[in-house]
This record gives sequence, structure tokens and C-alpha cells, in this order.
Amino acid sequence: MTFLKSMIAGALAFGLAAGANVMGAAADEFIVVQSTTSTQNSGLLDEILPKFQDKTGIEVRVVAVGTGQALKNAANGDGDVLLVHAKPSEEKFIADGNGVERFDVMYNDFVIVGPKNDPAGIKGMTDAPAAMAKIASSGALFASRGDDSGTHKKEKALWKMASVNPDEASGTWYRETGSGMGATLNAAAGMGAYTMSDRATWLAFQNKADLAVLTQGDDRLFNQYGVILVNPEKHPSVKAEAGQTFIDWLTGPEGQKGIASFQVNGEQLFFPNATSSVSN
Amino acid sequence: MQDFAQSFYLAGQLLISGDPELGEVVALSLRVTASALAISALIGLPLGALLAVARFQGRTALTVLANALMGLPPVVVGLTVYMLLSNAGPLGVLQLLYTPTAMIIAQSILITPIIIALTRQVIADLNAEYSETFRSLVVPGHTAIIALLWDARFSILTVLLAGFGRAIAEVGAVMIVGGNINHVTRVMTTAIALETSRGELALALALGMVLLLIALSVNGAVSLLKGVDRSTAHA
Repeated sequence: MTFLKSMIAGALAFGLAAGANVMGAAADEFIVVQSTTSTQNSGLLDEILPKFQDKTGIEVRVVAVGTGQALKNAANGDGDVLLVHAKPSEEKFIADGNGVERFDVMYNDFVIVGPKNDPAGIKGMTDAPAAMAKIASSGALFASRGDDSGTHKKEKALWKMASVNPDEASGTWYRETGSGMGATLNAAAGMGAYTMSDRATWLAFQNKADLAVLTQGDDRLFNQYGVILVNPEKHPSVKAEAGQTFIDWLTGPEGQKGIASFQVNGEQLFFPNATSSVSN
Repeated sequence: MQDFAQSFYLAGQLLISGDPELGEVVALSLRVTASALAISALIGLPLGALLAVARFQGRTALTVLANALMGLPPVVVGLTVYMLLSNAGPLGVLQLLYTPTAMIIAQSILITPIIIALTRQVIADLNAEYSETFRSLVVPGHTAIIALLWDARFSILTVLLAGFGRAIAEVGAVMIVGGNINHVTRVMTTAIALETSRGELALALALGMVLLLIALSVNGAVSLLKGVDRSTAHA
């Protein structure tokens, strides 16, 4: 019987050790930030968060999901701070009483990437809706996030400006991957499709294959990131003080400097533009 | 596809360099899955054996249910556990979301039906052989169950390995309830998913190879244990 007993005892000890470890970790101060994949996949958060932790001793635990899911998780009170990029949804989040106040943090832009041989002929265009209309009329493949993320919301807004209803073409030239930016870029690379990506994810992405940036520089491709403290009055578990400390740091000189100095392959990915004292 | 060659190279490099971050991720994977397996075994082995031996109404229905639940989609388990542990959910006060404990709960739910269903089958087969003897010697039920579990221990080990394999390989549940938080809830499978979404395909595949190696080591160790037990039994 000793064999089975020692197996069970070993497994139990393992389980107990796991439990004890969890309790130990909970004693340290930490906040949960619901954020988007672009801030994590690009490596920005890995770069700047240790600086914040060194200064304040507050550990930042990042859950990186699409903006839609991040907003939903935060609305459930599962997170202390929200760092996303879909301003209309963020304002609705606050109007619904889920957030305290929204602050601008940084921006970059979206780019339309596609196969280098460019079957739709959009290379060099600076009018994004016109380029997308051209993709639609050419019948070339377009990979959409299709996941209600910030990027997907932006893409839908651009289709509307282009007077194209891509939903009618879903499954033909319009391919909804229903997944994150990286997975969608992988899909686009795999099937030679066009897609829209935030510039940060694109620049840090390592499987570009035959894809290249074809359309950029349109003001309508602007991509603004905002930060919001989840409303502690609605969600009592929110660590308001530590969360606010993080927001103040991120929108303050140190955080802004950290964002500005973050580069991938010599290129700056995010441009700080915090408006710390004014909400907008 | 030079990615494959590069993956082998990277996997070797990761193993040889003893990368501390990788060590952390591997350790958490093993800790979470071993804990989930221990819990599932404590629940699943007795229940599975009971289902095999006891005669009661609804037994067939329960057996069918356990068998069907072997196909539980991890992402559905993850979503359910998320909704329970969320601050908006009934168990939010426990503050377990985005902790390894939440991941252990999700994996336990995922593999307990596997342990129950496979144990039931193993014990039912053995019981068909033994039931006559048990009846003639008037062996009480719980003694019979312990004897059956013990005599079936090698098959039961395979049952446990099936549960282990399912738990260590799943990504859908731990991603949702753990959040893939660096240094807190990142395990092998969520790290692979992250590297894939970064387009670091060679690194992602290398991590997959490391995961496979871990599974091989665990299975190898169990196989050795069996061998030792067999030889001492014959001595």
C-alpha cells in the first residue's frame, strides 16, 4: 500500500504547497490592470512597469485581452484600472458608472497592411476609407479581428466611412478571425490577406512573412489610448488608492518619459500625450 | 520552413541555458496541474469505483453523464469559473480570480469527469472478475472498493496520466481564469499562446517542445515507478 500512499501524500503536499504559495502572494500589494493585447504584445508594459514597481512597491498584474473583453471584465469589477483604446466605449463605460474618470495616456496610429504584390493596388494611398473601398471592390482577402476590440471598432468605423458593408461578404473575401491582433496578423500572413493593425503590434510582430504596410498617414487612423480607474463606489473590491497612484504615474512625467523612450528596432511605438488634470 | 529547425535549436537553448523565467513558468504549470490532479483523484477515484460497484437507480444515467462530461470544452469551463469567481459573481468575495487557485479549480472541474468515467470502467471490468469471490466471503462494500482500486492500481495510474495530460495541455480555461499574468499565472500553454500572437512562432513551438518533454518525463517517471513496484511485488 505504501506506493499508492506515497503517491497520494506527494500529490497532497503539492496541492497544499500551492495553496500556501497563493496566500503568500496575496499579502503583497498589487493591482490588476485590464488592458489590450497591443500594449502587452509590443513589449511596452514589460518595459515600463518594473520602473513603477521599483518606485512604489506596487506590483501591476496585467490581463491583456481585447478592448471589448477588457471593458466587460472591468465592468464586472475584475480589475482596478483599465488601459484601452476605444474612446466612445470608454466614455460609455464611465457614463454607466463603472469608471471614475478617463485620462489620455498616449497615441499611435493604425496601418493597413497587405501582401507586397498588392492585388487591390492600395500602396501609397493616404485615404484609408478609399483604400478599404478599393480592397472591397477588388475582392482581395481582408482579415478582420471580428472580436469587438478597439481595433475592430475602428475598422468598422472606417468601413462605414467607405460606404462598404463587409458583413454581407463575411466568409467570402471578408474573413473574421474572431481573435487577437497577433493571431489575425498570423492569419493574414498565412492567407495573403489585407488587415488593419495598430502600429505597435505590427512593428513588434515577428511573423510578417510577405506582409508590408501599404496605407498609412490618414488622420482618421489615429489611435488614442486612455486610462480609467474602475469605480470603487460601484465595485468595493477596487484598490482605488493604488490604482490612482498608477494612473498618476502613467500620466505623469515619469510614465510619459518611459512611454516615449520605448523603442522596437529603433522605432518609437507610442507617443505620450497625457492630459493629467483635465478629463475629456 | 526553417522555423522547425530553428524551434529545435531554440528548445535546446532554453533547456541548456536553464532560463529562470522558463523555470518559473514550467514550475507553475506542474504545480497547478498536479494540484488539480490530486483534487480530481480524491473526488474521482472513490466516485468512479462506487459507480462501478454500487447498484442504485440512476446509475446508468450518471455513467452516461460522466462519460459525456469528458468532452467538456476547456473554454466553457473557464468561462463558468470566471463567472463564479468574478467580483460580479457569487464567489467574488473570495478574491480568487487571476490566481493559480482559480486555475486549479478550473482544471479540477475539467478532469474530474475523466477520472470518474475511466475509473468506473476499469473497476467495473475488474469487479466482474471479483464479485463472486467478494460475495462468497461476505466482504463489506467499502473494503471491496479499496481492494478493487488497489488491484487496479496500474490501470488507475494510466487513468491519472490521462487526467494529467488533459490538464497540462489545456489553454482555454487557464487563460480566462488566470489571465496569463507574467510571474503570477503564466503557464506553458498560455506562454505558447502569447508567443504565437507575438508572431514568435519558432519560440512558441520551442516552448511546445519543452512542454512535450515535461509530459514525457512525467510519463517516464510513472512507468519507472510501476516497474519498481512490480519487481518488489515479485521479490
